[in-house]
Amino acid sequence: MSTATEAPAAAARPATARAAGAVLVLLALVPLLVSSNVADMLTRVLAFALLAIGLDLLAGVAGLPSLGQAAPFGVGAYAAALLGKHVTTVGPVQLVAAAAAGAALAAAVGWLLVRSRGTYFLMLTLAVGEIVHELADRWEGVTGGTNGLAGVPAITLYPGGPPVRLAGVLYWYVLAAVLVCAGLLWMVSRSAFGQTLRGIRDNEERMRSLGYRTFPPKYAVFCIAGAAAGAAGSLWVAQSRFVSPADLGFEVSAMALLAVVIGGRGSLWGAALGAAVVVLVREELSPQLGGRGPLVLGLVFVAAVYLLPRGFAGMRIHRPRGEA
Amino acid sequence: MPAWLSDNLITIVDGVAFGVLLFTIAVGLSLVFGIMDVLNLAHGALYLVGAYVAVRFARGGQAGIGAFLLAGLAAVAVGAAAGAGLAVLTRPLARRGHLDQALLTLGVALIIGDLLSARFGNDVQSVPPPAFLAGSVSLVGHDYPSYRLAVIIAGLALAVLVWLLVERSRAGALVRATVADAPMVRALGVDTGRLVVAVFAFGVVLACLGGVLGAPVLGAYPGLDERVLILGLVVVVLGGLGSVSGAFLGALVIGQVEVLGVSLLPQYASFLVFGTMAVVLLLRPTGMLGRAGKPG
Repeated sequence: MSTATEAPAAAARPATARAAGAVLVLLALVPLLVSSNVADMLTRVLAFALLAIGLDLLAGVAGLPSLGQAAPFGVGAYAAALLGKHVTTVGPVQLVAAAAAGAALAAAVGWLLVRSRGTYFLMLTLAVGEIVHELADRWEGVTGGTNGLAGVPAITLYPGGPPVRLAGVLYWYVLAAVLVCAGLLWMVSRSAFGQTLRGIRDNEERMRSLGYRTFPPKYAVFCIAGAAAGAAGSLWVAQSRFVSPADLGFEVSAMALLAVVIGGRGSLWGAALGAAVVVLVREELSPQLGGRGPLVLGLVFVAAVYLLPRGFAGMRIHRPRGEA
Repeated sequence: MPAWLSDNLITIVDGVAFGVLLFTIAVGLSLVFGIMDVLNLAHGALYLVGAYVAVRFARGGQAGIGAFLLAGLAAVAVGAAAGAGLAVLTRPLARRGHLDQALLTLGVALIIGDLLSARFGNDVQSVPPPAFLAGSVSLVGHDYPSYRLAVIIAGLALAVLVWLLVERSRAGALVRATVADAPMVRALGVDTGRLVVAVFAFGVVLACLGGVLGAPVLGAYPGLDERVLILGLVVVVLGGLGSVSGAFLGALVIGQVEVLGVSLLPQYASFLVFGTMAVVLLLRPTGMLGRAGKPG
């Protein structure tokens, strides 16, 4: 194990900072350059990217790969949809409530789950994800059952504001929200807490023998990832204005984990890139292939595992040592 | 109490049949998991392959017992080939950790699922039981489908066979020794690589056989693979990893929870399985019959 020096501060390097700035400007200009259909799709990409970044913090930084991250995502989505239909259409309120709902679910199940490790953790998160999915399917009074909740009203940006109907404006709202949340997650990852998580990922026994209690950080990061997933769910609903049990199905969990793996574990920005690839493959490529989405996704999985062991983030020529 | 028992007897027996079926699925998952530390997410898809093999052999209505046995043999062949293939695919990833292996099998599961639904369509395909088991027998004053009784008997026989093979045979002893200390077994001159391929193939064969056995009960349809996989995982978690008797106990419990529990408390159906799992994990983090000190 390398000494626990922090990874080189990416933002401090001028070239990286300039590249990041250029990407941000480009992202902000998107609605002015593309049609509203494309803007809608990119809005979904952004929401999904937030889910993937949260999962990357959990799987890549803390070494807790969850195959059930669709559960807090879906709970957030349902929370936002129910709020929108019955209580308030104010987008930021829905966002915070959905994040709280996602964190609450993670807190409820995580207390048991984070005690396990490795394959066992994968298995338990998968089981919990499926059970929450089934719950959404059967609890018709609240979730609308298989039909889901349709006709979620358009969000407003502030109380009493006009409903956001323009795809471009919605895109900006989602972009801003994702940037804020991703920034928070990035700060978590760079903090001393993030270093503790890396230590636990690399060698939990050693961390214990150094005197760290490893349960609280693992539990905390599980809840943080749950909150990120819930927030992502609210942003997803803000665009689709519809939520159904399919939104917390296994495929969503699998796609999120695929995004993390394609992007490169632990880098956070790689996960966002991976999310873009996964959503584009699913939404753009699959229809052209006559609905063979699962086949394409399966092939991407197999290819990613063999060809991109470290993901996009690992393809840099000067890879800092000890980062994975 | 006897009145309650008599009212629910059929449901309880149904639960046993379902549990025994779950055992054939879960024990393969548990062995591959316990011995190779690979979470085989393609296990459900391979069960579905077995179910579609049964569909294929039963085409044209009632199959004779001959066609059914042929379907079983075909499932064994397909399962052995698929299991060996999966073992070969996952081995190069062993050093990279659990996640990569699990993701690879997940990709394989998606591909198999898609190919199956392209070949057999998205409708529920039901398979009639073999002709001589198509009727029903009288069970304490109730009519009960003979095929389900046959499933219970076949499943119990399979359970005994697997237990003898793993716990009492030389091959089983080698496998258990490999779990405990692989380098030492290698030092004794045993090719643990071949052992690992054999275990994987055996586990998948059980999944495919389970598919044939279960086809007349559960049918075959896209999405069944996921349901079977999840229930199998829950059984493995309940019973304890790599433990044959644990998988058996877990399967019987989940069989009752899924059939009797859902019949008595339909509104809590989805909570029941999760609740059972949570309670067992709280009391015994390594599962009911799991070895202590191997939590994952």
